[in-house]
Amino acid sequence: MTTRRQFLVLAGSTLAGTAAQAQLPANIEALRKAALAEAVRKVTGGAQVRAGRVKLDVPPLIDNGNTVPVSVEVESPMTAIDHVKAIHVFTEKNPQPYVMTARLGPRAGRARVSTRARIADTGKVLAIAQMSDGSFWSDSVNVVVTLSACLEDGLI
Amino acid sequence: MTRVVVNLPQRARRGEIIEIRTLAGHAMETGFRRTQLGELVPRDIITRFTCSYNGVEVFSAELHPALAANPLISFSTVATESGKLEFRWTGDNGYSATHTASITVV
Repeated sequence: MTTRRQFLVLAGSTLAGTAAQAQLPANIEALRKAALAEAVRKVTGGAQVRAGRVKLDVPPLIDNGNTVPVSVEVESPMTAIDHVKAIHVFTEKNPQPYVMTARLGPRAGRARVSTRARIADTGKVLAIAQMSDGSFWSDSVNVVVTLSACLEDGLI
Repeated sequence: MTRVVVNLPQRARRGEIIEIRTLAGHAMETGFRRTQLGELVPRDIITRFTCSYNGVEVFSAELHPALAANPLISFSTVATESGKLEFRWTGDNGYSATHTASITVV
């Protein structure tokens, strides 16, 4: 037999669960994936992105998603004829996939940029380097986030 | 109000690669947060950062809400000649901050 206390607990949890889910579109994961793919396509213009030459350095386990050190290094001689034109950083689970675009040239001497990002949830971080010869190279890291950024209630 | 910090060596050898670290004091409000009453807090971020070396732009970055508050940007450049480096941050609601630093190349 269900007691009054059990009934109230059950009813409360079901209501809270449906209310939380109602705030989000059902296919949020697919939407975020599509947004990331769209952002990458905007940068590359549909060109092939190959893995390699880029070293993305993000801690694999993140305690606080509000400040995550991100650094990107690209193997390149950085000469006038062969250099990195831009470094793009994306995340998969944020409300927007963009994190930063750094534009550099042969005067950088070394293709290395670091910053601090907000990462909303456990997922992929992606760095894409745009070379002066028009090729694109990338590296991605899967990170685990324990305290999410952006949304305090964790609805992501 | 607009506080920025830039760290770079004061002297460098010609052709040396120097590391420049910059920090701007800014909340980088994402535009995705809500107040306790459920209203969206409007976006207020720095959108662009540039670094010029004696008037020539050597580095620039486009910033997005996914950058942490007080954005730190660290990059490098080749010390080619003595002179001035100018750093400029611009953003939403007319935000603008500049900083100049001089470098002696020997």
